[in-house]
Amino acid sequence: MNYFLTEEQQMILDTARALAKSKIKPVREKYDEEGIFPWDIVKEMAAADLMGLYIPEQYGGMGGGVFALCLAVEELSKVCGGISLAMAATALGTFPLLLFGSEEQKAKYLPGIASGKHLAAFALTEANAGSDAGNMATTAVRDGDDYILNGTKQWITNGGEAQIYSVVAMTNKAKGTRGATAFIVEKGTPGFEFGKKENKMGIRASATRELVFNNCRVPAKNILAKEGMGFIVAVNTLNNSRPGVAAQALGIAAGALEEALLYSRQRVQFGQPISSIQAVQHMLANMATEVEAARALVYATARTIDSGEKSFAKISAMSKLFASEVAMRVTTDAVQVMGGYGYMKEYPVEKMMRDAKITQIYEGTSQIQRNEIALQLIKEAAKMK
Amino acid sequence: MHIVVLIKQVVATTNVKLDPETGTMIRDGVESILNPFDEYAVEEALRIKERMGQGKVTVVTMGPPQAKEIIRKAVGMGVDEGILVSDRLLAGSDTWATAYTLSQVLKKIGDFRMIITGKQAVDGDTAQVGPEIAACLDLPMIAWVRKIESISETQIRAERLMEDGFDVLESPLPAIISVVKEINEPRLESLKGKMRAKKYDPQVLTVADLPGFEVSQVGLKGSPTKVFKTFTPQRQYKGEMIAGEPAQAAANLYEKIKTLKIV
Ligand SMILES: Cc1cc2nc3c(=O)[nH]c(=O)nc-3n(C[C@H](O)[C@H](O)[C@H](O)COP(=O)(O)OP(=O)(O)OC[C@H]3O[C@@H](n4cnc5c(N)ncnc54)[C@H](O)[C@@H]3O)c2cc1C
Ligand SMILES: Cc1cc2nc3c(=O)[nH]c(=O)nc-3n(C[C@H](O)[C@H](O)[C@H](O)COP(=O)(O)OP(=O)(O)OC[C@H]3O[C@@H](n4cnc5c(N)ncnc54)[C@H](O)[C@@H]3O)c2cc1C
Repeated sequence: MNYFLTEEQQMILDTARALAKSKIKPVREKYDEEGIFPWDIVKEMAAADLMGLYIPEQYGGMGGGVFALCLAVEELSKVCGGISLAMAATALGTFPLLLFGSEEQKAKYLPGIASGKHLAAFALTEANAGSDAGNMATTAVRDGDDYILNGTKQWITNGGEAQIYSVVAMTNKAKGTRGATAFIVEKGTPGFEFGKKENKMGIRASATRELVFNNCRVPAKNILAKEGMGFIVAVNTLNNSRPGVAAQALGIAAGALEEALLYSRQRVQFGQPISSIQAVQHMLANMATEVEAARALVYATARTIDSGEKSFAKISAMSKLFASEVAMRVTTDAVQVMGGYGYMKEYPVEKMMRDAKITQIYEGTSQIQRNEIALQLIKEAAKMK
Repeated sequence: MHIVVLIKQVVATTNVKLDPETGTMIRDGVESILNPFDEYAVEEALRIKERMGQGKVTVVTMGPPQAKEIIRKAVGMGVDEGILVSDRLLAGSDTWATAYTLSQVLKKIGDFRMIITGKQAVDGDTAQVGPEIAACLDLPMIAWVRKIESISETQIRAERLMEDGFDVLESPLPAIISVVKEINEPRLESLKGKMRAKKYDPQVLTVADLPGFEVSQVGLKGSPTKVFKTFTPQRQYKGEMIAGEPAQAAANLYEKIKTLKIV
C-alpha cells in the first residue's frame, strides 16, 4: 500500500528501521529476560533525533506531529514493543505540556525532552482508580504559592526513569470531575519517591512503577492549564496519545506477521513448506489483511490530528481499539503458524504475543474505547436530527 | 582542533569481479558504499571532537562525481564539511598517485591537527595510502590504532593493534593515524544529519585548484605501479571419491591418510 509519505517521513521510517535492526534486535531478548530499562538504546534513539519527532522545532524537536511519532513507534515496535515504549510513553507524558503548557513551561521542559536527555511520564492511574479515573485519591492542597501533594500513583510507565511527570490529583473532591488538576512534577522534588516496580507479563523492558507523594510541595506555576481542568488535560492527552499506542500495537502485529511468514516458507511438514498448506495460507492472509487495515486507520487518524481538525476522540479510540485487537489476534496466530517453535523463547513471537496484550489494556481498555466510540456516535446522531 | 578523515567509495561486495579484457573492476550493477573501515575513522573523529568539546571534522575523498554520496553519508553521521577531488587527469592513479593528490589537498586545507584513515580499503586491500601520505607530508604515523588513550591539541597517545597484543605509542600532532574496527562502534546517521546531507553539496576540487600540482605524478602514466595482467584465479576442486562398501572405503581412506602422513 502506498501511504504517500513525504521525503521527511520516509527518512524517519528509514532511520527508525535502521536503529531497530542494528541496535535493538540484538538485545531485545536480553532486555525482555532481565526486565531492565534500556537506557543505552534510549541514548541511541536520542542521537538519531528520534525522541523529539512530535515536538515543535522551536523547542528542538522535528515538528513532525503525531504521524511522525506513529511512524517511528511502529518501526521500533516491529522489533521490540517494550523498548519502543520508552518513546511512546514519553510522548504520553509530554502531550499535557504540548497541549496545555504555558510558553514558560514549554520553554523550560520541552528542549530536554526533544533532545532525548529527559524522558517524561503521565500519572493518572491509582490502585482504586483505573478505568474509573475519577475515583482517584491523590490530593493536592493549596498552601500559599504551592500545592502539597499526597497519594500514590500506580503502574506509571517510565516511572523512576523519567525526569518530568504530568500528574493528575484532586484539588477539590466535592467538585467531582471538575475538581482535578494536572501538575508538572520533576524527579528529585522533595516528598516525591518511587515505590514498587512491577514484574510483568510483557513489555518487560519498560519500567512500570509506583509514584509516591508524601507532602510533596509543588509550585502553583507548575499547574498545567488551570486548577480544576485536570480531567480535561487527561482526556485531551489520551485523545492525542492513543494513536501512539495503536502504532505500537500495529508494529508488534507487523513484526509477528513477518516472522510467521518467513518461518512458513522454511518449515517443511508433509513434504512441503507449510506455506503451501491452505490452512496456513489463510491464517497468513487474514493476518496481513488485518495489519494493513490497522495501518490505514492509524495513519489516517494521525494525519487527521495533525491537520488541525478539532474533534478526533472517536477515531483516536477506534484506531487504538482496532490496532490493539489486531495485535492480539495476529501475534496469537503467528505463534500458531509456527507451532511448537512459536511457543519457544528461541523465536520472538511468544514475546510479541505477551507484548501485544498490554495494548488492549492501558490508555483505556478496549471496553473503554468502545464506550468512547459509542458515546461519540450517539452525540453525532443527536446532532443530526 | 581540525580533523581530516580520508574516505573512499568502494563496491559493496568483497567478491570483486574483474573484466578479463581490461583488467579493471566491473562496477556495473554493484552498489557503492563508504569503505567500512572508514566508518570507524569518521566515528573516531566525531568522538574526538565531542570529547574535546570543540573542533571541526572534514572528510576528503578522491573519486568520480558519484563519490559525493559517501560524503553525504559522513555528513549524515555528523561531520562538518566534505571535499571531493575529482578530475579526469586522476583516472588510473595507483596508491602513490592517490597519496600524492590527497597530500596536495591536505596542504591546501593547511590547518588540520590530525588525519584519520581506515586501516585499508576493502577493494584494493593495500593499506598503502595512509603511510604514503605520511611520507609525502613528512608526518608521524600510527597505523592500526585500536584505542586513543589520550589526545590534546599537540599530543596523542594510542594503542596500536599487533598480532600478539598491542603497543602504546605517543606522537606529537599533527600526525596521521589509521584505525581498526576494534576502536569503536560507528553511529547511525541521525535524522537531522540525513536532512542536512540531502541538501549538502560538497566542495569539488580539480587538480587546477591545487597549487603546484604536478600532473606528471598522477594518472595511469604517473603511477609507478604498472599492471601487466589481472585475473580471477580459477578454483580447482580436485576431490577424490573413495568408493566401495563402507567398511572397505573407511579402510582405504585410513591408508591414504597414513601415506600422506596427516596422522
Ligand atoms: C504495564 C502498564 C502500564 C501502565 N502505564 C500507565 C501510565 O503510564 N500512566 C497511567 O496513568 N496509567 C498506566 N497504566 C494503567 C492503565 O491505564 C490501567 O490499567 C487501565 O486504565 C485499566 O485500569 P485497571 O487496570 O484498573 O482495570 P479496571 O478499570 O479495574 O478494569 C477491569 C476490567 O473491567 C472493565 N471495565 C471497567 N470499567 C468498565 C466500564 N465502565 N465499561 C466496560 N468495561 C469496564 C475493563 O475494560 C477491564 O476489562 C498502566 C497499566 C499497565 C498494566
Ligand atoms: C510445550 C510443548 C510440549 C510438548 N510436549 C510433547 C510431548 O510430550 N510429546 C510429543 O511427542 N510432542 C510434544 N510436543 C510437540 C507438539 O505435539 C508439536 O509441537 C505439535 O504436534 C505441532 O508440531 P510442530 O510444532 O512441529 O508444528 P508444525 O507441524 O510445523 O505446524 C506448524 C503450523 O502448520 C500447521 N500445519 C502443519 N501441517 C498441517 C496440515 N497438514 N494441515 C493444516 N495445517 C498444518 C500447524 O497447524 C501449525 O499451525 C510438545 C510441544 C510443546 C510446544
